[in-house]
Amino acid sequence: MRHLLSIADLSKAQALSILDTATELARVSDGAVKKLPTLRGKTIVNLFAEDSTRTRISFEAAAKRLSADVINFSSKGSSASKGESLKDTALTLQAMGADAVVIRHGASGAPARLASSEWMHGSVINAGDGTHEHPSQALLDAFTIRKHLSKGAPDLAGLRVAIVGDVLHSRVARSNVLLLNLLGASVVIVAPPTLLPVGIESWPVSVSYDFDAAIGAVDVVMMLRVQQERMNDLFYPNAREYSRYFGLTSQRLKLMNAPAIIMHPGPMNRGLEIAAEVADSARSVIVEQVANGVSVRMAILYVLLAGQSLKEGGS
Amino acid sequence: MSVALSSADIARALVRLSHEILEANALSTQITLLGIPTRGAHLAQRISRTMAEIAGHEIPVGMLDITMHRDDLRMRPPRAIMATVIPHEGVNDRDVIFIDDVLFSGRTIRAALDAIGEVGRPRSVQLAVLVDRGHRELPIRADFVGKNLPTSIDQAVKVHLVEIEDVDEVLIENN
Repeated sequence: MRHLLSIADLSKAQALSILDTATELARVSDGAVKKLPTLRGKTIVNLFAEDSTRTRISFEAAAKRLSADVINFSSKGSSASKGESLKDTALTLQAMGADAVVIRHGASGAPARLASSEWMHGSVINAGDGTHEHPSQALLDAFTIRKHLSKGAPDLAGLRVAIVGDVLHSRVARSNVLLLNLLGASVVIVAPPTLLPVGIESWPVSVSYDFDAAIGAVDVVMMLRVQQERMNDLFYPNAREYSRYFGLTSQRLKLMNAPAIIMHPGPMNRGLEIAAEVADSARSVIVEQVANGVSVRMAILYVLLAGQSLKEGGS
Repeated sequence: MSVALSSADIARALVRLSHEILEANALSTQITLLGIPTRGAHLAQRISRTMAEIAGHEIPVGMLDITMHRDDLRMRPPRAIMATVIPHEGVNDRDVIFIDDVLFSGRTIRAALDAIGEVGRPRSVQLAVLVDRGHRELPIRADFVGKNLPTSIDQAVKVHLVEIEDVDEVLIENN
């Protein structure tokens, strides 16, 4: 494996090996010395052409705990805001000897373009591209679900997950559907019809418009952020109505199964898709998702970079 | 291919190693055994049981994965990371005994010395191996050796254990 562009490229064995590696690496984050020498001398560039807090610091922390050198590159305050193309940016990174590029981009497919080009030779890791995929988020979500609910099983067989909200604009939902399906979980999508993508019937999921009916039948409720910055149309009448039908309110919290957990990829719109008291409740693993994110991203960097031969790692 | 150590030889060597470790460490309650996965971890379990019978109390035993500290990571395909299990006593101020199956170049033990530094600061670190086959590439030696096995550099030493291969034996293969 050289790049991580999409969950669709992963086999079940590869996905599980990333999760198992993350389990072992999690203890590094618990230990007194939070650093391993494994990627010493490797340079990892965080190329963020779109705003991000969690993902960028998470990848940065992961790279630093493996002793890699990290260069942060955000489009604001760089030449990209002067209109530099992806190609010229990539050529610059190649000239600097980047062994891996973690890329977040507003255009779906930008990481794939970077990986298939001859512009640079390092690994490309998709940290979210447009409305396409966000594979590292799906892996950390699966890691969190496995830790809480798999009862020692290696995969997620038999678990039921509801993904609720703005599926149309959500790369997190796309990656999660693929990975959960790969690992044997069943997925129900709950959303207003206006926020479902075209072609949802070809996804390996069931679809419901009734949150109250769906919520009692699942082990995991995964809320999605309403992506107002991508909405240039009227997708729901108003925030109060959205919240009443598709928000996770404290009334709905009572309908959940006893051991079920609540997830959210962040950042949250408290009061819109999730009520503040629900986000802070004991069932919520939202903060833990962030902590797990570092371990999972360490595993991704390890799998992609540690085993590179000198030949193909060339700079 | 020839059998260098039979099942009975291995059993005898492990009992002798157990006695030697206890003799060299007067305070047996200070000892913690750490096996290097995978075969070293199994050997550590066996030695811990034998030592417990001799000493009359439990000997803490765990395992220490050294994958992330290897110096040949970038020359090979990625390796799976094994579990690290540190007994609840920890390693600070204890006499830690590394247990491995074969001592060869010494690079694994160098990595283990790095890895233990992340867990804590033992009072001392010692090394027990089932087989020392020579050809060291680093200034490292074992404190306790089950069997010195002179080999040529082209030969391969294979250790099979009941826990994994259903048989205890050490083989020498000529390549």
